[in-house]
Amino acid sequence: MKIKTTALLLSPLLFFNCLYAQVKPVKKTVHHATAASSMARGKIVYTSICLACHMADGGGVPSLNPPITGTEYVLGDKTRLIKIVLNGFKEDVEINGQKFSNSMTPHSDLKDQQIADVLTYVRKSFGNKASTITAAEVKKVRALNK
Amino acid sequence: MKIKRLQILLLPLCAIIGLIAFNAFKKAHVPTTVYNVNAGLTIPAGFSAVAVAEQVGNARHIVVTPENDIYVHLAGTKNGKGILVLHVNGDKATLKSSFANYGGTGIAIKNGYLYASNDKDVYRYKLNEKNEVINPDQPETIVTGLLSRRAHEAKAFCLDNNGNIYVNIGAYSNICSEFDHDRKGCPILDSAGGIWQFKADKSNQHYGDGIRYATGLRNVVGLAWNQQDNQLFVMQHGRDALHDLFPNLYTVHQSAELPAECMFALKNGDNAGWPYVYYDWIQHKNMLGPEYGGDGKKAADPKFIEPVAAYPGHYAPNGLLFYTGNQFPEKYKNGAFIAFHGSWNRAPEPQAGYCVVFQPFKNGKPDGKWEVFADGFAGANKSPGGAAHRPCGLAQGPDGSLYVSDDQKGTIYKITYKK
Repeated sequence: MKIKTTALLLSPLLFFNCLYAQVKPVKKTVHHATAASSMARGKIVYTSICLACHMADGGGVPSLNPPITGTEYVLGDKTRLIKIVLNGFKEDVEINGQKFSNSMTPHSDLKDQQIADVLTYVRKSFGNKASTITAAEVKKVRALNK
Repeated sequence: MKIKRLQILLLPLCAIIGLIAFNAFKKAHVPTTVYNVNAGLTIPAGFSAVAVAEQVGNARHIVVTPENDIYVHLAGTKNGKGILVLHVNGDKATLKSSFANYGGTGIAIKNGYLYASNDKDVYRYKLNEKNEVINPDQPETIVTGLLSRRAHEAKAFCLDNNGNIYVNIGAYSNICSEFDHDRKGCPILDSAGGIWQFKADKSNQHYGDGIRYATGLRNVVGLAWNQQDNQLFVMQHGRDALHDLFPNLYTVHQSAELPAECMFALKNGDNAGWPYVYYDWIQHKNMLGPEYGGDGKKAADPKFIEPVAAYPGHYAPNGLLFYTGNQFPEKYKNGAFIAFHGSWNRAPEPQAGYCVVFQPFKNGKPDGKWEVFADGFAGANKSPGGAAHRPCGLAQGPDGSLYVSDDQKGTIYKITYKK
């Protein structure tokens, strides 16, 4: 039973990876296609989980919830960003001279793919232009995070 | 043919000249007249508003002296100073001086002293006969060492007529769930989430020197002493995220409207119920919180006090003032003005608040429906980051004018009634 569930859970991922491997020669177009669907799925995750605090435009709330636009926390080191989603965030943070103090709850209940999608969405929206984050990258950070 | 060509060539030139002329006209005439009407605010007929000062900093609470000086407490420091002294002359206020090496929210005058707080301490400064601070660099520390843990840190306060000061110590949590895993009772209420009473004239008081006057209050920024019935009134910032935490019990819309922002009239020993209870202003009752077995329908234990007035969710009441002046029409006398800073936790629903509300009172108790008194602070973008201005502090001038501070862009508004 357990194996079956794992297999079931893994199958889309495997399928994804196969697809990726198969079409490697035409990487560019496919990369766009996967990024686009990741973006679409990420927007759904963002709207249901992140928007209430970080706002529809990613601008956050002065003094409380940090903006997720134009900040190294989002655009920079992927590992640090993935860890924020997994572990939450309980530090005072200063962005562009402004301090923010609301705590963020951990979202480790999200699946690797959901975290990858929402972070890809965030890194490419609201004027942000950073690279995608993959489920494999999230999985790696999650494993080391334990 | 040639003329036609010339026309074609001249056409863009004409357009450019026209545009320049139009812009010049616009610059010279349109904005000044439009913008200056009541400083962009919508207020009842007969009232007028002016911005007596702009860009003073993140202006939190304010107090005006009989000599028309305004003490403005800034959230942080500006040029190293956290308190500004402005002098009002008619429709303009000019910077007279500044002092205090700390930012904060609370500021008040009582019995010849200016009181001011940062996030941990309350200080006071002796005033001279013109209500000017005598020794701005040497405040007396009245209360010290209060908890400040990254949420609801502002130590807003007010004073009574019997030598006491009431200090808000906000809960450093939304709903205490991270401290009360087993739902046995929120442990942080012993030292936060309430109003503490201290002596107004005693130095260096700690927790042990004061009493927990009222508990179960998540966070209070607007509070005032009601002179009519000699009682403390506070405005609570209600909890966030009913839908995010309990999507099966609350819709997005319910989560935007609930819980109510509550006005409580407090007596010693009262418990307003946070985090166990919230007030539903639509059903008009105290509800058991979902973290403690509530489902949006179960009523709360009646041992918790009910609010004396309730307002829509997440409006964020940051200023409370009982109007005792003679300038405004009779209905405003002894009623309450409330500065609503404006919401963020109503997203994805449209944000709301960003206004000053008037709550009619009779014999020291709310009487009748509240109404929006001054609106338009936010401008076109009613959002926490995008709002042009956000009302925060309230004060009454010696002539009965109402002053409103804005901690977004630092405008100080003066609202007057023309008979």
